[in-house]
Amino acid sequence: MIVAILDVVVAGLLLGGIYALISVGLSLQYGVARVFNVAHGEFMMLGALSTWSLNQAFGMNPIIAMAICGPVAFAIGYVLHRTLFKRLRRVSPSIGAFEGSSMLASFGLLFIIQNVANLIWGTQTKAYTFMAYPVSIFGALFAANRLVTLAFAVAFGIVFYLFLVRTRLGKAIRAAAQDPSTAALMGVNINQVLALCFGFGALMAGLGGLLVSMSYPMQTTMGLEYTIITIIVVALGGMGSIPGSFIGGFLLGLIGSIVTKIEPGLSLAAYYVLFMLLLWIKPTGIMGK
Amino acid sequence: MKARITRKSLYSWGSAVLLVLLLALLPLYGAVYTMILVTSIIMYAALTVSWVVFSGPTGQVSLAPAAFMGIGIYTAASLGKFLPLPLVILVAAAGSLCLALLVGALTLRLKGLYFSIFTFGLVLLLRQLVLWYEVRFTHTRGRFVVVIDNTTIFYVMLAIFVVLLITAYLLRQSKYGAALEAIGEDEEAAAHSGVNVTAVKTITFGVSALFMGATGAIMATKWTYIDPYIAFDPFFSFMPVLMAVFGGMATFFGPILGAAVFGLLEELLLTQFPFYYMLMFGIILVVAITYLPNGLTGLVMKWRKGGRTANHANS
Repeated sequence: MIVAILDVVVAGLLLGGIYALISVGLSLQYGVARVFNVAHGEFMMLGALSTWSLNQAFGMNPIIAMAICGPVAFAIGYVLHRTLFKRLRRVSPSIGAFEGSSMLASFGLLFIIQNVANLIWGTQTKAYTFMAYPVSIFGALFAANRLVTLAFAVAFGIVFYLFLVRTRLGKAIRAAAQDPSTAALMGVNINQVLALCFGFGALMAGLGGLLVSMSYPMQTTMGLEYTIITIIVVALGGMGSIPGSFIGGFLLGLIGSIVTKIEPGLSLAAYYVLFMLLLWIKPTGIMGK
Repeated sequence: MKARITRKSLYSWGSAVLLVLLLALLPLYGAVYTMILVTSIIMYAALTVSWVVFSGPTGQVSLAPAAFMGIGIYTAASLGKFLPLPLVILVAAAGSLCLALLVGALTLRLKGLYFSIFTFGLVLLLRQLVLWYEVRFTHTRGRFVVVIDNTTIFYVMLAIFVVLLITAYLLRQSKYGAALEAIGEDEEAAAHSGVNVTAVKTITFGVSALFMGATGAIMATKWTYIDPYIAFDPFFSFMPVLMAVFGGMATFFGPILGAAVFGLLEELLLTQFPFYYMLMFGIILVVAITYLPNGLTGLVMKWRKGGRTANHANS
């Protein structure tokens, strides 16, 4: 009995780590850059499938692949903001109008990225094996790769949190999140900061996808479900809060793991009910102001 | 923006009536293939116009069309054998209306993007629930739909579309339309002027859903086999948005134009190059939002009149 409960709890935490990392990315993109990036999960898919390709072509260890996928994802995100979203921001009459049109544009991106990926990788499910041996935690068995995934997800989260709290650039990002126009008046290069935030968001999605690819099979359509989960996590944790994203991520992972144990077909429905309840009770999220 | 009886409104009504007449006589002079193609264009036009009924004036982007259409599709699949077609369509419309009123009452007080996400989640939720139900209780995955001949589908689709156009027009002219427009411009100010914001929005959302449900019910008969993934395809949530943004929402014909363009494109590309079609779909969406904030008709109007502002889908 204890082992069965531990089994579910640890599985939930392992899943939650990934959710948390990707959600930090979206939280940054929406909380600071005000882009509700519906294509967030697609960056994740790109990260996962690129890792698969690197692994197949060069036998590359996914941990080393981080050094390639991370910067590339960051660059794509940065350039996207510099070109597309910067222009949208300039022509939008209000911040509300920008949020609406940037969301629609990101739906466009979703279709573009997913179908480019379809053309490159095809629609079959892919997988590779990496550290697929069992490790025992208090009697329950888990694949080593999932523990590595969790460790990296938490490490990335902490590093990024320290970056935001301790560095000058981090301070500029936090200032831009609070009030972009005042931050600009204080000498923050606002376009630069917003583009960096968008890039960091893409970076986390890409790395999240890479971590997912270590232990789960992947295909080009995997992004959307993660996007929905991410949105719920961000709403749960509070927009723009990194600790909130982590709390929300682990919470959702746990709930997902419990529901999957009882009725596997209904995990998404459970997330959705949670989301609905949350919007009713506390629309700002757990750590939101 | 109010169209009173002017020469211009007479002109656009005249052309609308002419268009409907031309379409109604299509089975007499057109090939079967043309008729099927036009049916699917009318379907997209119906989805887009009913989307614009709610999301145009309020500026709240609803991504629920696929959910309401799916309800219609499943109504046709499960009741088509027992009930006559008009009744099936009425039940589908009523089902969508009820769901929309429920969802609207729950979520329309949400600001901005949460509403969009919520409505989009609704599509995925319904898909999972229906799939779960089918696998668990009926032990099947899909269902067969009673087949109806193409001419009947065409006329029923056209009839739904005409009723929709008239409803949309009357709604826009009524005090509810004025209230809706006021809400879109400034929700708080509208509330202070005595508009019951949530009620007006919920009812309009319901009306728009009703036609999506009816559209789903008749189109299901064309597809003959459906499963939850076909019925609740998020694509049908994006299409109306794209068509409306691309065509332009300020005028009556904008959404119809958008639907016609994409209906044709789909016919040309979807079967042979599905990935390229979806890729192009994405590119056009991005370009339309970035460079054509008022859509194609907006562009034409700007070109003819030297710039006149119009409604956005996004506030």
